[in-house]
Amino acid sequence: MPAKNTLKTIALSSAVLSIGSVSSAMANDDYSDDLVRIGVLTDMSGIYSDLSGEAAVTAVEMAVEDFGGEVNGVPIEVIHGDHRNEADTGASRAREWYDSEGVDMINDLSNSGVALAVAAVADERERHAIVNSSSNVDLTNEYCSPYVTHYTYDAHSLAHGTGKSIVEDGGDSWFFLTVDFAFGIGLEEQVSEVVRDAGGQVVGAARHPLDTSDFSSYALQAQASQADIIGIASTGADAINAINALAEFGVTPDQQPAALLLWYDDIHSLGLETAQELLLTNAFYWDADDDTREFSERFHERTGRMPNMAHAGNYSSTMHYLNAIEAAGTDDSAAVSEKMREMEINDFFAEDGYIRPNGRMVHDQYLWEVKSPDESEYDYDYLDLVTTIPGEEAFQPLEESTCHLLDDE
Amino acid sequence: MIIFGIPIQALLGQLMLGIVNGAFYAVLSLGLAIIFGVLKIVNFAHGAFFMLGAFTAFLLAQHLDANYWVVLFLAPLLVALVGMVFEWLFLRRLYGLDPIYGLLLTFSLVLVLEGGFRVAFGSSGQPFATPEWLSGTIDLGFMILPTYRGFVIVAALLACFATWYVIERTSLGASLRAATERPELTQAFGINVPRLVTLTYGAGVGLAAFAGVLAAPIFHVNPSMGSSLVITIFAIVVIGGLGSIKGAIITGLGLGVVEGFTRVFYSEFSSTIVFLIMVLVLMLRPAGLFGREEG
Repeated sequence: MPAKNTLKTIALSSAVLSIGSVSSAMANDDYSDDLVRIGVLTDMSGIYSDLSGEAAVTAVEMAVEDFGGEVNGVPIEVIHGDHRNEADTGASRAREWYDSEGVDMINDLSNSGVALAVAAVADERERHAIVNSSSNVDLTNEYCSPYVTHYTYDAHSLAHGTGKSIVEDGGDSWFFLTVDFAFGIGLEEQVSEVVRDAGGQVVGAARHPLDTSDFSSYALQAQASQADIIGIASTGADAINAINALAEFGVTPDQQPAALLLWYDDIHSLGLETAQELLLTNAFYWDADDDTREFSERFHERTGRMPNMAHAGNYSSTMHYLNAIEAAGTDDSAAVSEKMREMEINDFFAEDGYIRPNGRMVHDQYLWEVKSPDESEYDYDYLDLVTTIPGEEAFQPLEESTCHLLDDE
Repeated sequence: MIIFGIPIQALLGQLMLGIVNGAFYAVLSLGLAIIFGVLKIVNFAHGAFFMLGAFTAFLLAQHLDANYWVVLFLAPLLVALVGMVFEWLFLRRLYGLDPIYGLLLTFSLVLVLEGGFRVAFGSSGQPFATPEWLSGTIDLGFMILPTYRGFVIVAALLACFATWYVIERTSLGASLRAATERPELTQAFGINVPRLVTLTYGAGVGLAAFAGVLAAPIFHVNPSMGSSLVITIFAIVVIGGLGSIKGAIITGLGLGVVEGFTRVFYSEFSSTIVFLIMVLVLMLRPAGLFGREEG
């Protein structure tokens, strides 16, 4: 009876199809698009492209590879984009990624202006953003969100690392050379607070635009201020040019420069001759122990350079995000956020690290001193550890945070 | 002594810095003015050639261990060659068209050069050591002037004078001026005008590279070092009068000084003052301070 057989076949195949659709519906429920997609939004071509950029993408890719390329059987994909240091470009790229490209988490986010803009989008779209290479503390205060994690460092940790140790060492009058946008101003405010709390005074500040090449005029203003310490609230090429100008005009060594956010890469550019004895607060140094060396050497093989703290943070935070998905059994933002805040972070980057309800990842910070050319024995041998700043001291106390999520608790 | 509430030392210090910056402006705007005068091309790539000069110096010093003097003369020559090849291959095809085409082509060269160098060398810059014997400081009483900055003023003014002399006082300069005014007639006299044009572009670009080498120890060699300068330089050339040699030199120096003083009185305004002056000059003397009105 062919008609019956045909009917049977149709019934069977529709049963098979419906089972298929149920299972795919199940998969869709747990994992959006059957894929975990991570977007690295960074400065690929501008002033911060050395600090984050291409190498930040590599760090995230390494984490995905080390994780095995899939989580609970669902493949993981990494894409990347350039925010060109423009907050609006960053925000619109984030919106596009979350809305139409199925991006579950955006990582890196160099440039505080961009990070704040993307954090607002992440909160609105209820998708994850992890900030590794910018410092503005507003991210864990008024811009805080269950979906935003501030991972590697912030202006508070820099101020309580470098700033505090210099004040304690007797440098109590300060003049700031500040880059004129969210990052520099935020950093200047934080350090000023530390200086005043310790009984020191801030005698003035000069604000300069991002990417300034000629600091000669600012060097003279710093000299005229007669402050003991010239606080440099900028980073990358700006900080390098400022330090060089201070040395060139004989401002140093009578007045001491304090680079408030100096990266490992900046020391490479400055050269040890100019950079020696500078203090810097960094969450990571490639040569700290066997675990950091193991990661760093693998990173060096792929990029031709040693990782800085943001690169290490990109790797560690991606791992933590994937671990949270694995534990939650879904890539649903709320469930993952809960797991991320529940699970501790123990890897080469952080020991007993944890994420507070306001999104701040708390882990130890380190104060380093740049070696002199004679002390440096091999390639990239740049830093000596001065002291470890426990995470609880380095970061803003939770009770001082103005994050609205804390009110609900 | 205090003038307008500012100590005289601070004023003199900023005046001196203004002269140093003005010296850079003068060399750069001179190159731009020559190119515009002869080619009628708005050379947007001028800042990129400035950067190329600094990088060539860095590479020569790094890999060939070349001494500073060699670098100071060799790097501009090499960059001038690159410029002449660019003129010969590309720019030449745009003569006689709307100037916007030249601007677009040279702007695209900026993107290619800056992007290329960023990929190859990164964005945070390469150190370039000041030559040993120029690395001290001179105490002027009112300020400590780094010796190297003093050297920059002398070297830049010498370069400006030499360029002016060649154009105004030699037969080569006479042919050049003739080719600017009446290219067909000059060609009829047996002078190879296209070659003259290529050489002019090379010379203009070479001047930019010379300024780049001078800037290398001061500004750190990085891919975007020219892009912030080029807009100011354009404004200076417009204020001086498009194509005017004397105008470019005097305005360059003068505006460096004005900018320096602005930093003392109202620092935030210092990056805008040049453009404000440009607007005023264009309103009162559309051909620029030293330009000739065309009938």
